[in-house]
Amino acid sequence: MTVGLFIPCYIDQFYPNAAIATLKLLQKLGVKVSYPLQQTCCGQPMANSGFEHLTTGCNELFIDNFAEFDYIVSPSGSCVLHIKDHLHSEGQPEKAKTVRKKVYELTEFLTDILKVEKLTARFPHKVGVHQSCHGQRGLMMSQMTELVAPPFSKPLQLLNMVKDLELVALSRPDECCGFGGTFCVAEEAVSVKMGKDRIADHVNHGAQYITAADMSCLMHMEGILKRQNSQVKVLHIAEILNAEEFNAEI
Amino acid sequence: MSTGIKDHAALSDIFNQDEARVDWHDETLWFVRAKRDKAANTLSEWEALRENASQIKDHVLSNLHDYLSEFESNAQKNGITIHWAADALEHNQIVHEILKAKEITRMVKSKSMLTEECHLNEYLQKNGIEVIDTDLGERIVQLAEEPPSHIVLPCIHKKKEEIGELFHEHLGTPKGASDPQLLTAAARVHLREKFLTRRAAITGVNFAIAETGEFVVCTNEGNADMGAHLSEVHIACMGIEKIIPKRANLSVFLRLLARSATGQPITTYSSHFRRPREGQEMHLILVDNGRTQQLGRADFRNALKCIRCGACMNTCPVYRRSGGHSYHTAIAGPIGAILAPNLDMKQYADLPFASTLCGSCTNVCPVKINIHEQLYKWRQVIVKEGYADPKKAIAMKAMEFTLSNPSVYRNAGKAGRWVMKNIPFLVNNKLNAWYNQRDMPTPPQQSFREWYKKNNNE
Amino acid sequence: MSSREEILARVKKNQPPLTVLPADLTALIQYPNPMEMFGIVLDGIGGTMYPVKDYEEMIGLIKTQFSNLPRVISTIPELKELTEKNWEGQDPHSYENVDVAIIEAHFGVAENAALWFTESLMGQRVIPFICQQLVVVVHKKDILSNMQEAYQQIADSSYGFGAFIAGPSKTADIEQSLVLGAHGPKNMTVFVLA
Repeated sequence: MTVGLFIPCYIDQFYPNAAIATLKLLQKLGVKVSYPLQQTCCGQPMANSGFEHLTTGCNELFIDNFAEFDYIVSPSGSCVLHIKDHLHSEGQPEKAKTVRKKVYELTEFLTDILKVEKLTARFPHKVGVHQSCHGQRGLMMSQMTELVAPPFSKPLQLLNMVKDLELVALSRPDECCGFGGTFCVAEEAVSVKMGKDRIADHVNHGAQYITAADMSCLMHMEGILKRQNSQVKVLHIAEILNAEEFNAEI
Repeated sequence: MSTGIKDHAALSDIFNQDEARVDWHDETLWFVRAKRDKAANTLSEWEALRENASQIKDHVLSNLHDYLSEFESNAQKNGITIHWAADALEHNQIVHEILKAKEITRMVKSKSMLTEECHLNEYLQKNGIEVIDTDLGERIVQLAEEPPSHIVLPCIHKKKEEIGELFHEHLGTPKGASDPQLLTAAARVHLREKFLTRRAAITGVNFAIAETGEFVVCTNEGNADMGAHLSEVHIACMGIEKIIPKRANLSVFLRLLARSATGQPITTYSSHFRRPREGQEMHLILVDNGRTQQLGRADFRNALKCIRCGACMNTCPVYRRSGGHSYHTAIAGPIGAILAPNLDMKQYADLPFASTLCGSCTNVCPVKINIHEQLYKWRQVIVKEGYADPKKAIAMKAMEFTLSNPSVYRNAGKAGRWVMKNIPFLVNNKLNAWYNQRDMPTPPQQSFREWYKKNNNE
Repeated sequence: MSSREEILARVKKNQPPLTVLPADLTALIQYPNPMEMFGIVLDGIGGTMYPVKDYEEMIGLIKTQFSNLPRVISTIPELKELTEKNWEGQDPHSYENVDVAIIEAHFGVAENAALWFTESLMGQRVIPFICQQLVVVVHKKDILSNMQEAYQQIADSSYGFGAFIAGPSKTADIEQSLVLGAHGPKNMTVFVLA
């Protein structure tokens, strides 16, 4: 099995630890992972702003970089959803179609393809899980509170394998954090208010860490936490799933 | 609308200046969403009902021409006079003509979002006709000279103290009184007098049944019935998309409507009007006002399946924190944001962007309208039609250039630099909308790419 | 071309290819004891249910609960002695001061505590809406589980006006505070005849 690692641009630039943890975790699980060096971005920032017609270059580049792999794995539900829903190519439509089919968000790759049943990680902290909307409602990584259907959660299934980790319950388990791409600046007031409210739910329930399968939500919440001088930290789920005994105090 | 040229973001900014009030608004509507969840969970067949309702509505849209004709002819056989209005103005003129013929200058109206969309009240008032809204929430916003902020809960943005003040001024309740029980009792007395003295009543229509030519009106207060059964003239106004094929289909829609709207198992009154009362005139106006155009937009037509339950508003994290008036259109919230651009793309170009695309709206929708996908698609149409901010277009082109060219991207700088300069939300200066209330991420020593190249252990 | 023709022509031009009307749903919620569920749901929406064994017991309860009220009307022959005579057929506005209206329902529905009435059971259409208090009589055997059963029962019956009524008139327009008696009845009592 060959796996191409897709690291979204802002993770590459700002949160390399989330990417490193993703890579190491996959390697630890015996997966042969390559990181194509020519990759840039999935094109979502443009598309969600109404400029999907400007994503041709990103689309072609993505196909060129990733078409060869059996699976494409990324630590971002949102970027994966964008590829799944919107990647297209006039020149190589079949390739685009297969790429759309074999792209996976990290946790769903772990639960659905690798069928991981145990992890060696230890993380002795209280953790609140933020269900990032695109992963949850778009990729259906966990059940949505709006639906009348049996509960499940791929991220929680994995976090439950982490030793000494204590999950905190939330009042609103799957409300949006308000990041929303350019929404976060175009609609600053509502975006910030949504972020503050989401954080308060975690903090009020005793979370020391907020984790998610999407770094963009966490970047937004981290920005607010830091401004509030909060002690609460954000951490990508890969960093927790890959947490070792010795670096448990990150 | 009196919101001038302010867009959703600017209006939300004003709404957010009082954070405690935003919290109150959010909590109040979340409470309604929670009631909806509870009600939905009482029925194990909930998702099957949604699917069935969705398919019925799809079918109606695909056969609307025949169903409209069938409905018209059956309603006429029942003694209902049918009118057709191509747009809001024609709708308003028809109402006015009916009233003129009967020399009626004062009337009562129960809730109808269509008449809000057509600005009927303003039109009639200009023509010397007094309209009293009889839904309590609508009467409150009417007294306050505001539009409704929610299609089911028209005055959800108002606090009881403010309503108390209004009632003190207009209905003579004691100064400072704000108990909902007392205020509602005062409104009951005030509005009962109107019901007893007005000769004409307007109602909306929730469902019109092709097979039988009857129409159904749902209320909790009973105001539609009080108006209709005491009037000489009953005028029902409906958009052409409200048709359903068979009476039996109501079982599906009535099970979904109130549970989705307020969490009630059904509205208190679900009234089936088939024939006028003896001696009464019953008119029904079928209104297009952009609906046939929307029907022709393949990506957006299924917004016409909407049954106006308001669930998408209650669940929308943006709506709850920006208030209904921030949408500057008769129908606020996610559904309003996909309906309004059809009528005026320029004026409502901001609305499809007033969303994080979280998708909760789509999940609560009882007729499974893909609301968040339509928001995404409207963004593409609005940009292509040239209604995007030109500065944004330039920034997007610059971004496209870099992201399509790995070497440009790579050479754009070390970790964080390119993103900081080019991702529009991450520019570190005081004017920046990110930085006002959020700190920047700390740029790391090296990007992942740099780390990978050094540590590549393949 | 009239607006009618214009609209219909545009609809014809713009409507998508025909899709099928789905089959009616099956396997819907069934309650082992519909009357019990009806009572629970009715209580939740502000009404009250009394199971009674016969009219005699019902009359006793009506006498204790609604005594001293000047204007009590009914369409039910068995209750004639309790209620106003010859009230039907007047101007609907004249019922403005009705204190209690007692009417019979065709059937009730357990899932939502709605009761189905057609105008033949109302006396006049306005009666169940304008009265201050509404009392309804329904037979236990006529309490169905769900709305699908309800519409099977209604089938193609030919009424001029019919309504489902579930509980008293209500509003929560002021800060979501529930208030009973917005315009119509302030309460609703349902007698279920064994």
